[in-house]
Amino acid sequence: MNLKLKIWRQANASVRGKFENYVVRDITPDMSFLEMLDVLNEDLLSRGEIPVAFDHDCREGICGSCGFLINGVAHGGQKGTTVCQLAMRFFKDGDSLTLEPWRAQSFPLVRDLAVNRSAFDRIIQSGGYISAPTGGAPDANTILVPKEIADSAFDAAACIGCGACVAACPNSSAMLFTAAKVHQLNLLPQGQPQRDQRSLSMIVAMEEEGFGGCTNHRECEAVCPKDIPIQFIGQMNRELTRALRHGERKFAHVTRDAEPAEVKR
Amino acid sequence: MNSLATAPAKTGRAIKPGRLPGNPALALWSTPIGKKVVMAVTGGILVLFVIVHMIGNLKMFAGAETIDAYARFLREVAQPELGYSGLLWIVRIILLVSVVLHIVAAAQLNRMNRLARPVGYEVKKNIATSYAAVLMGWGGVLLAIFIVFHILHFTLGAVGFKPGQYEDLQVYHNMIIAFHVWWIFAFYMVSMVALCFHLDHGIWSMLHTLGWNTRKNRRTLRALSRLIAVVVFLGFISAPIAVMAGWLH
Ligand code: HEM
Ligand code: SF4
Ligand code: FES
Repeated sequence: MNLKLKIWRQANASVRGKFENYVVRDITPDMSFLEMLDVLNEDLLSRGEIPVAFDHDCREGICGSCGFLINGVAHGGQKGTTVCQLAMRFFKDGDSLTLEPWRAQSFPLVRDLAVNRSAFDRIIQSGGYISAPTGGAPDANTILVPKEIADSAFDAAACIGCGACVAACPNSSAMLFTAAKVHQLNLLPQGQPQRDQRSLSMIVAMEEEGFGGCTNHRECEAVCPKDIPIQFIGQMNRELTRALRHGERKFAHVTRDAEPAEVKR
Repeated sequence: MNSLATAPAKTGRAIKPGRLPGNPALALWSTPIGKKVVMAVTGGILVLFVIVHMIGNLKMFAGAETIDAYARFLREVAQPELGYSGLLWIVRIILLVSVVLHIVAAAQLNRMNRLARPVGYEVKKNIATSYAAVLMGWGGVLLAIFIVFHILHFTLGAVGFKPGQYEDLQVYHNMIIAFHVWWIFAFYMVSMVALCFHLDHGIWSMLHTLGWNTRKNRRTLRALSRLIAVVVFLGFISAPIAVMAGWLH
């Protein structure tokens, strides 16, 4: 199949970007979307042009590196699927596709379709840990976890941090991501010692990174490749009021890499 | 349109690094999620009020004596303990505080949300949200204008009536006169449509924000939200339409 592509090209965050039009030919339906872009890039390289930059790593839907908007929908619109797992049979011969990077103040553009999602890492850093005793590893299953809770924590833990939720949200809110990260630990016995501290720190970190707030549009859930349910968002709001009720006020403040470190010698 | 991208922009953040205010209410208000919770709680108070108000208005169909007696009852209830209009004023103050907090939180969160995406999309498709959800902001602005007009109109008789027409506590008489004016009728109808939309998303949104939404009960909660919105809408428009149509006179 042949496709018309309109792709956002921008060399870096400090120069102006624009859309460029391309045509790709002889795409087979079993190629993934990223393989289709590989074909385009091969073609661009052979003509001495600069290939289109996009993030990718595992190409099997588990690392969370890939992602951009295809015709206005994050990850392209096949439910529960990352762009790397999206097969070209999802499209028709002759389709025109517009590819755009995630757009959010908190995701500065790196190049073309690749954005910097370190903001997510700093949210995780602020509270995404548990305290564990040193010494020999404990036997498996010594801490019993009810099945429903284990399932729910696992649902939350499925988040791969791709950022589609932020990209799709009309407010650029990171509530779905943060709620998933808060709950994968808050639900489990191992997460209890830092529970209130974690909720508060991650919620504050999310806001300090400049993400918007939630107005319950449900766009995040609709594009999430891991089907993280929005009920975690409502539950995270409860975790905040719980933490405040318990008198929790201190939060971890994670410095950005971009802030120049003082040179000491 | 797409200009230079993403230099670290200013955000509407209220939080200083380190710790939140010690006072629980201020701590809640200093986080965006906290403001959202405040919006849900104040919105819930307003929803309850709107339901009670709508039921009160239906007394129009029971005749002038009934609804005028109801208006007097609202002032005389809990007398002598709270004095004439005592309870009414307590309720008015609660409603006023709720409306103000609701609007301030909405404005602050809206500003933060706009700052969060300085460079917009060329092509963006919404695939899950509803018209009601998208219109919350503008609908809210219209409702705020409506509330001011409505109090000047029916509570004070300061607008919409010719001199001498408005009679204090003669609710039936006032309503009959008011809804024979076409633009007042039209403004109330448009405002009630806005209210219906606002409630359709708002009630569900409130339940979700407060953490009551689960995967299982989602459809039920959304249906409940729509049901209340439609019932409130029909209840409110019934009396004005009956007046306009000449069924009540
Ligand atoms: C067609 C729809 C409506 C009609 C016909 C209507 C009619 C009235 C009337 C006649 C009164 C005066 C009652 C009295 O003084 O005893 C009143 C009071 C009031 N209405 Fe409505 N109303 C409508 C919708 C609404 C809505 C949707 C809201 C809120 C969003 C609202 C808010 C109020 C408030 C706050 C007061 C009390 C003001 C005060 O404290 O005295 N009304 N309404
Ligand atoms: S919640 Fe879903 S969309 Fe958001 S980062 Fe995690 S996997 Fe991606
Ligand atoms: S490349 Fe790893 S999830 Fe797509």
